[in-house]
Amino acid sequence: MTDALTLTNLSGRHGQLQAVKGVSLRLAAKEVLAVIGANGAGKTTLMRMISGLHPAAEGEILLHGAPVTSLPAHARLKAGIALSPEGRRLFGDMTVAENLQIAAENGRKGDWSMATVCDALPQLTALLHRPAGGLSGGQRQAVAIARALISNPSVMLLDEVSLGLSPAAVEGLYQSLETLRGHVTLILVEQDLTRAMAFCSRLICMAEGKLELDGPPATLTRQQITDAYFGIHKAKEPSHA
Amino acid sequence: MLDSLIQGILLGGYYAVLAAGLSLMFGVVRFINLAHGDMAVLGALSALWLVQSLGLGVPLAIVITLLGMAALGWLMQRFIFERALAGGFLVPILTTIGLGAALQNGMFAVFGSNTKSLGAHIGSLSWASWQLPGGIYVGQLPVYMFVTAVLVLGALHLTLTRTAFGRALRATSSDAEAASLCGVDPRRVQRGAAAIAVALAGLAGIFLAMRAQVTPFSGPMMLIFAFEAVVIGGIGSLRGTLIGGIILGVVQSLGALLSPQISILAGHLVFLAVLGWRLSQLAAAERGGWRLALRALTHKPDVTGRKA
Amino acid sequence: MTPAQVLPMNTKDRRLVGLACLAVLGLATLPWLGSALIVDKLIYLFILVMFAVMWNLLAGYAGLVSVGQQAFIGLGGYALIRLVDAGLPPFVMIFVAAIGAGAVAWLLSWFVLRMKAGEFAIATWVIAETIRSLVMFDPIVQGETGTSLLALNAYDPDLRRLVLYLLALASMVVMVWGTWVLLQRRIGAESQAIRDDEDAAASVGISTFRVKQRIYVIAAIGCALAGALWLASAITFQPRTSFGVQWSVFMLFMVLVGGIGTFIGPILGALVFFGLQELFGDFGAWYLAGVGGLAIFFALYLPNGIVGLWLDRGKDEPLSLRKRLRM
Repeated sequence: MTDALTLTNLSGRHGQLQAVKGVSLRLAAKEVLAVIGANGAGKTTLMRMISGLHPAAEGEILLHGAPVTSLPAHARLKAGIALSPEGRRLFGDMTVAENLQIAAENGRKGDWSMATVCDALPQLTALLHRPAGGLSGGQRQAVAIARALISNPSVMLLDEVSLGLSPAAVEGLYQSLETLRGHVTLILVEQDLTRAMAFCSRLICMAEGKLELDGPPATLTRQQITDAYFGIHKAKEPSHA
Repeated sequence: MLDSLIQGILLGGYYAVLAAGLSLMFGVVRFINLAHGDMAVLGALSALWLVQSLGLGVPLAIVITLLGMAALGWLMQRFIFERALAGGFLVPILTTIGLGAALQNGMFAVFGSNTKSLGAHIGSLSWASWQLPGGIYVGQLPVYMFVTAVLVLGALHLTLTRTAFGRALRATSSDAEAASLCGVDPRRVQRGAAAIAVALAGLAGIFLAMRAQVTPFSGPMMLIFAFEAVVIGGIGSLRGTLIGGIILGVVQSLGALLSPQISILAGHLVFLAVLGWRLSQLAAAERGGWRLALRALTHKPDVTGRKA
Repeated sequence: MTPAQVLPMNTKDRRLVGLACLAVLGLATLPWLGSALIVDKLIYLFILVMFAVMWNLLAGYAGLVSVGQQAFIGLGGYALIRLVDAGLPPFVMIFVAAIGAGAVAWLLSWFVLRMKAGEFAIATWVIAETIRSLVMFDPIVQGETGTSLLALNAYDPDLRRLVLYLLALASMVVMVWGTWVLLQRRIGAESQAIRDDEDAAASVGISTFRVKQRIYVIAAIGCALAGALWLASAITFQPRTSFGVQWSVFMLFMVLVGGIGTFIGPILGALVFFGLQELFGDFGAWYLAGVGGLAIFFALYLPNGIVGLWLDRGKDEPLSLRKRLRM
C-alpha cells in the first residue's frame, strides 16, 4: 500500500530565509500526526507548502504516490489535501453556510456534506445563517475545520488547532476531532504538548526548519521532546577530544 | 425642477452601470482601472462601427459589442492586469494610465475626432416621450435605459449572492488565498470579474452613445463620473452604486438648471464633500475605504455589525 | 532638524556633476548662438525636466501618486494671467504665481493627504477638474475660449525669448539642485521611509503628514512655476489645455521611462520624451498612442526604467542617493 502523503527533502524559503530545510516524511493512510515546535520552527510554512500556498524551493510532495508539487492550492484541494489555515481565514462577510458551501462545491464529492459535517461538529447547526465575521474564536475554528472537512479530503491539515481558544472550546474541538479518527489522514500543528501527545498516533518536532524528532508519542520521553523542541542535538554533539 | 429631478434619476441608471464595473474591478481584483472610461468609449465606438460600417442592426451590434468587450476584459486581465498587480500599487496606476492614453489616441487615429451618436440609428426612440400627469414629458429612451440598468444590476446582484461563481467571487475578493484553499482558482475568478466589468463599461458606453455624443476623448470624464458615483453611493454595494449614480445624476441635472458648466462642477463638489466627510470618519480613513468595495457589494442589513 | 549623514560622492559622480555644470554653462550661452527655434524647443525641454523632477519627488520619493498635478500647472498659468492683468510685471509674476499655487496646495494638503493611494490619485484629478471649472467662471478666461498673455507681446520677441529661456534654465537648475539638496537632508530619508512603509515610518516617530505636506507643497510650487513659464512661452491660456490630464500622463511617462525613485531617472526620461516627440510628434495620435503603449511596456517589464536597466547590468546608479544616505 502506498503512503497517503510522502514528503521528500522538502525545502521552502521566505526570501533569503530558509524556513523549511530538507524535510522528509512518509505518512500512512488514516495516521494522526501532530507537529510541534517553537515559534518560527517552520511548522506553518510546512503546512502551507503541503497545501500549495507556499512554493517548494526543493523537494517533492506525493499524494497517494502521485506528485502534486507543481499543483496550485485549489488543484491540491481537488486532489484531496485540505488545510484549515493559521488565523482561520474565514470569509467574514459571508454566512457560515456560504463559507462551507464554497468548499463543498469546489472540493471533492464524498461522504461529507453539510448535514454530516454538522453532525461531526454539532455547534455549527445553530450558526449556519450567522455571518462568519461575528463568531467567537472557538466557533471560528469549528467553521474552519468544517470548511476543510466538507471538501472530502484524504489528507487534512489543521494549523494551530487550539491557539487562542478557551480550554472549554479546545475540549469541545478535540471531542469533534476524535470522530474523524480513522476517516481521514490528519496532520495537526499543536502548541499544547500534552494535548498533542494524547491525541496523535505519531509526533514530529520541528526546530529551525528541520525535522528533529519522529515517533509514536508513547515511545518518546519528555527529555527527548524538550531537547528536540529547543533544537539541542545531544546524541550528535561531538565531545571535545 | 421636477422635470430635472426625473431626468437626473433616469441618468443615474447610466452612471450606476458605468460605476458597477469599476467597483467590481477594485473589489475583486483590487485593481483600479484608470482606463475604465476609455473602455466604455471603445464599446460605444465599436457598436457604432458595427452599425455604420457593417450595417448591422442595433440590437445585434449591442450583443456583439458586449461579448467582444467581455472577451477583451478577460484578455486584459490575463495578459496585462495580472502582471501589473504583481508590481505593487504603483504599477497598476501607471499601466492603466498608459492604457488609457493608448486607447484614446488609438481610437482617435482609427475612428477620427468627429463626435458620434447612435441616436440616428434607433429611429423614433431617440425623441419619443410619454406625457405624465402635470404636463411633464419623460423620454422613452431614458426610461428604457434606467430599467435596463436596474435589471442588469439586479441580475448581477443575484449572480453574486445565489450562484457558485458569485460565491467564489465574493470569497476571492475577501481573501484570495483562503478562496484557493476552498478549491477556487482566484485567477479564473478574477478573469471572470474583469470580463463582467469591461462588458459593463461597454454597456455604459452604448448608453452614452444612444443618449448623447461620444468622442475618443470622452473616457477620462466617464471615469471621473464612475468614481464619483462609487464614492457617493457609499462603500459600493450594488444598491449603493445605484443610489450613488442616481444622486450624481440628480445633482448634475439640477446643476444644469443654473448653467451647463455648473452641472459637472456640482457633481465634483458633491463627490469631494462626501469623500471629505468619509475621511473625517476614522474608520474609513484607517481601513482604506474603497478597497472594501466588493465586501459591501454583498452587504446585507443583518451584517451591519462591522463599520465599513 | 538634524541633517542626515551623507557619505561623500564617488569619483564618477563627481565627474558627472562637473559635466552637468559645464553643460549648464554651455546652455546659458546658447541663445546668443542658436536659432530662435532651438531656443523655443529648449525652453519646452527645460519645462519637461521640471515636471518630471517634481512628479518624481512626489511619487518616487514620497509615494504620492498624483494624477492631478495639472491643477498646479493650470493654476500657475491662471495666476500669472490674473496678476499680469492687474498691471504687474510679467516676468516677476511668474514666480509670485508659483508661490500662490503653493499656497493653494498647502490648503488642499489637509484634505488630500489623508487619503490612501487609489483615492489620492483620483481625488487629485477631480480637484484639478474642479479648479478648472471654477477658473472657467472667471470673466477674463471666458469659459472654454481662454485668453492670452497680451502684456508679453509688448516686449520685443527676441528679448522675451531670451529672458524666458534664461528663467527656464535657471528654474530647472534650481529645481534639480534643490531636489538633490532636499533629498540629502533628513526629509529625503523620511519621505522614502514613508513611501516604503507608512505605518513603519510612523512607528519610528516620523511625522508622516508633515513630511508629505512639505513635499506636496514643494512639488506644487515646482509644477506651477513650470506651468507659468510654459504659459509665458505659449502665450495662450486655455483651461482645457492648461488643466489637461495629459500633463499627468507626460510626467508619469517621463518618470517611469527614466526610472522612478532615482535622482537621474526623470531627467533621462524627459530627454527621451523630448526626443520621441521631436522624431515622431508628426504622427499625431498614433504617436501619442505609442507613448501610451510604451508606458504599459515599461510599467510591466521595466518598472525601474532606464536606470533599472543600468542596475540590472551590475552598474552603479549614477548620482544615487540610495547608498549615500544614512539616517
